[in-house]
Amino acid sequence: MKKQKNLAGLQRRKAISGYLFILPFIIGFLAFMVKPLFQSLYMSFCDVQVSPEGITNVFIGIDNFLRAFTVDTEFNRLLLEEISRMCINALAIMVFSFFVALILNQKFKGRALVRAIFFLPVILSSGVILGVEYDNALLASVQSMVEETTNTASVSDAIQEILMTTGIGVSAFEIVFDIVDGIYDVAIASGIQIIIFLSGLQTISTNMYEAAAIEGCTAWESLWKITFPMISSLFLVNWIYTIVDFCMRTDNEVIDKISTQMITHINYGFASAMSWIYFLIVIAIIGVSSFIISKGVYYYD
Amino acid sequence: MTKKKTNSNQMGFWERNRRSEGYLLKKVLKDISWKIARVVLLFGMCFLILQPILMKISVSIMEEQDLYNAMVISIPEHFTTDNYHRAAEFMDYAKSLLNTAVVSLSIAILQITVCTLVGYGFARFEFPLKKFWFACVIMVIIIPPQTISTSLHLHFRYFDIFGLSKLITGETINLRGSVLPYYLMSAGCMGLKNGLYIYMIRQFFRNIPKELEEAAYVDGCGTLRTFVSIMLPDAKPILTSCFLFSFVWQWTDGFYSKMFLGNIKLLATQLAVIADRMDAWMVNVMKVPGGASVGYTNCIVSTGTLMVIVPLLILYLFAQKGFVESLSSSGIKM
Repeated sequence: MKKQKNLAGLQRRKAISGYLFILPFIIGFLAFMVKPLFQSLYMSFCDVQVSPEGITNVFIGIDNFLRAFTVDTEFNRLLLEEISRMCINALAIMVFSFFVALILNQKFKGRALVRAIFFLPVILSSGVILGVEYDNALLASVQSMVEETTNTASVSDAIQEILMTTGIGVSAFEIVFDIVDGIYDVAIASGIQIIIFLSGLQTISTNMYEAAAIEGCTAWESLWKITFPMISSLFLVNWIYTIVDFCMRTDNEVIDKISTQMITHINYGFASAMSWIYFLIVIAIIGVSSFIISKGVYYYD
Repeated sequence: MTKKKTNSNQMGFWERNRRSEGYLLKKVLKDISWKIARVVLLFGMCFLILQPILMKISVSIMEEQDLYNAMVISIPEHFTTDNYHRAAEFMDYAKSLLNTAVVSLSIAILQITVCTLVGYGFARFEFPLKKFWFACVIMVIIIPPQTISTSLHLHFRYFDIFGLSKLITGETINLRGSVLPYYLMSAGCMGLKNGLYIYMIRQFFRNIPKELEEAAYVDGCGTLRTFVSIMLPDAKPILTSCFLFSFVWQWTDGFYSKMFLGNIKLLATQLAVIADRMDAWMVNVMKVPGGASVGYTNCIVSTGTLMVIVPLLILYLFAQKGFVESLSSSGIKM
């Protein structure tokens, strides 16, 4: 009886120290996440007037949301563009990073150097630098100048033209060529994803591959039958990370519009409404896609 | 002699090939062709990633006339360091560099300290509502900070703790433009990508065997002592990489810097306005009515970008292992 009581006491003490450890998070979460979240939700239904004395919220119902969808001229277009860009890019990033991780997991000379180069964008293409880089008109103008002077079209243009003239599945080709042209964007956005895939690849024991090879499995088969299932859970992690990362990017035009509305036009209500619309759409995409992906995830243990 | 040796080797190869009914030759050819393809692919992709940086370097040492010279592509005809002087002037480089270093370092230390505590708490303790709080961590990762940016903005504009300051001085405190809000947020794990750090640190601590902890308890270590002298030394690699990421991402972050740290000169915010400064300078000082040309503006922007990332590049050169190896060896799992 006494022993049991002691145990309960120890458990209670452990629970208390556990709470003490996560206390900073709880405070921060309540003060800087929950409160602003509800406040911004409330503001999205209000006309917010800012004066030196304070803020006054006048409740106006769903006017802000209606304004975003029906009155504002560019919001719908920007939203659609960004969401479709996000989906296409995220898919391309997944394929690219999986492929690169497979190659980087093999042994060859200079692997350390190549790895270092592939992770470089994690550092160099974050935050403002990406935004600055994005409209590097100089690079484009130099390239076009080179093309003009040497009078040759690029290879991808030539192939595109040939495929386009056949007239089959033009829109599908367009998406593919958009990705090919934007391979630089994909490459610089997939640093972390490559690390995550690599870490997964390294945990797969070589015994499995050996056993498969002895049974007469080709490399191609073991890629699909061993590698793919073993790291399938990482596809989910990477997918979510990619989408979240995309929302944070500085060259995201929806975010740009929201912050101009907020800082330049001091239109807090409208800005909140727009950010909530964007947020809900992104959450919906993450939810649906992770549900679909998690159906296919295989857990070894 | 040597010829004979290679000959016999070759004979051996063909002999072996014949015995395996052509399988060996096919395998060797396949291996070699894959190796060549791999080299080409990797070289191409590495070049793709490095090319913008190389381009920036070459542009940054060009004089303006070289930019429009069609004959000059990557090696300048007129070498100059003027661009660096000018970009440094526009960004107030020395001061911003110092500010950025101080802010990034202090923020990174603060964030990682707090995140380590929280991650450890989630990994090693059982307490009621643990699942719920962890779901909140996941939520922090997923919710884009832009969603709450509007109200955070106002929150700190009219900052008050339980109405105390309004009671005493009759008005709220305006914290916008001061560094305090961001430090407060970092202390509460709500800084840039802090949810991610908590998640990674928790994953690491979870994999430490329970026996180690129990042994420490048996030997008379308290909870805190176990954490500090048993768990922390083990976690060095993951903490290093989280710290480096936190430092680097803070260095280049535009969102939080613009929102909370607007009054301090930081490299990230200075870089964003360098083009406008340049234009104004051209009009006011150099008396060029049209402002700066597109090419030259871009040249200065490239130089500025280069100057922002050079410290990070140096850091990466020395701490590359810390960034990558610890992450890929400890692993991130669901």
